[in-house]
Amino acid sequence: MSHHIVEAMDLHYTYPDKTAALSGVSFRISHGESVALVGENGAGKSTLLLHLNGYLRATSGQVRIGDCLLTPQNLAIVRRTVGMVFQNPDDQLFMPTVFDDVAFGPLNLGLPKEEVERKVVQALETVGMAHLAKRPPYKLSQGEKRSVAIATVLAMSPDILVMDEPTSSLDPRSRRRLIELLKTFRHTKIIATHDLDMAMDLCERAIVLHQGKVTADGPIAKLFQDEGLLSRSCLEKPLRMQYCPKAVS
Amino acid sequence: MDTLACADSLVHRLDPRAKLIATLVFIVMVVSFDKYAISALLPFFVFPVVMISVAGLPARYILRKVLLISPFAILIAICNPFLDRSILFQIGGINISGGWVSFISILLRFFLTVTAALVLVASTGFNAVCLALSKLGLPKPFVMQLLFLYRYIFVLLEETERLTRARALRSFNNTAMKLTTFTSLISHLLLRTLDRAQRIYLAMCCRGFDGNVRLIRPMKKGRSEIIFVAGWSLLFIILRYWNIPLHIGAFIIRRSL
Repeated sequence: MSHHIVEAMDLHYTYPDKTAALSGVSFRISHGESVALVGENGAGKSTLLLHLNGYLRATSGQVRIGDCLLTPQNLAIVRRTVGMVFQNPDDQLFMPTVFDDVAFGPLNLGLPKEEVERKVVQALETVGMAHLAKRPPYKLSQGEKRSVAIATVLAMSPDILVMDEPTSSLDPRSRRRLIELLKTFRHTKIIATHDLDMAMDLCERAIVLHQGKVTADGPIAKLFQDEGLLSRSCLEKPLRMQYCPKAVS
Repeated sequence: MDTLACADSLVHRLDPRAKLIATLVFIVMVVSFDKYAISALLPFFVFPVVMISVAGLPARYILRKVLLISPFAILIAICNPFLDRSILFQIGGINISGGWVSFISILLRFFLTVTAALVLVASTGFNAVCLALSKLGLPKPFVMQLLFLYRYIFVLLEETERLTRARALRSFNNTAMKLTTFTSLISHLLLRTLDRAQRIYLAMCCRGFDGNVRLIRPMKKGRSEIIFVAGWSLLFIILRYWNIPLHIGAFIIRRSL
């Protein structure tokens, strides 16, 4: 299926205040791939993600989602195809109750009521949060909020999942639960993160961004071995790959 | 409040619109009395009292909330005794001025209307009230404003608390906030709020927002709703035009003569 493809072609983006955020980013992600987008703070990860659903328009260059180039005309279709999970779940959960929140997208798609209810229940069950349906979102814990935020996107049955720092501000167990959950998804996944261990658990490929440019793109295990590359990109080896004398002896 | 709204009772089960209309009629009737009305207002207490007891709401909790807002009403009413000094009647040689009577009247009205509104929210839930408003024809932008206000007021308060705490921890003995600090704190809050609004709008757009917020809520217009609205409205209108305490008083005096 070609419609799960994400392709960026020589993207350039400069913010209105003249900060150059992206300077020539190109990659092609094919169907079913899980890709980690890593890089230091301000490397341009979030900016890049905002291009993939057409919120930001590249100064030059193009984005292709599936068969079509991203243009203002097909924004609605692209946004349905690309499900975006934001870094702060409080921004994503804006409706009175968890149920309403998950139903928001499907209702906007104009689905019939029974279908919407079915999708909501299904999405909440997938992330294991069905018991919270009637609760107001602000009363949930961080981990629960994150799971519900993912459910709001799943309910729209996107082909491609784009996530910005999904494990930030989660305790270890919530983080692990989230990783296990994401492993079960068959979508094409693009995950922007600093959590390189999580990236290794979920992705077979990594794209390293540094100062708005792609400095490396390849198999994740190989890239994260390359200490020179990591230190040039202001990153460190994932914890599991670091030498740990005490644990050895 | 929201936890209270999740309970189940005869009142809770009614359609939000029915409760909203009854409460609105109640409020309109209460505020439409002339400014010296006191005795005629007293029978109106039957509405909040019945609603609280049937819905099983904690009266003490509601009362506390009303008292919490009462300074506003007192502030508005407090000028009356000073401005309006005409003597209306005497009790045991003490002159009672019109100002004091209208002061009491304002407080009574405040008490009645606020209690009724709180009972409505506590037995229905804020969101359902908003939904009822929109079903009754309130323009969508207003309804959305209310919904968003209710959703993000907690986030905003939390953010304010974090900011003030951060300031307090670094200002040692200077407990009073300088004006410059205050302005910068407030402007930070505004900027953050604007940023957040942008992100929320983005999140809405990502999920196909087109200017309409749709909610799934079953609404029903059954016999109990009609009886509820008609019954209370009729009672309020009777109480509005027929001063029962006065009639009872007159009746007692006539009997004793």
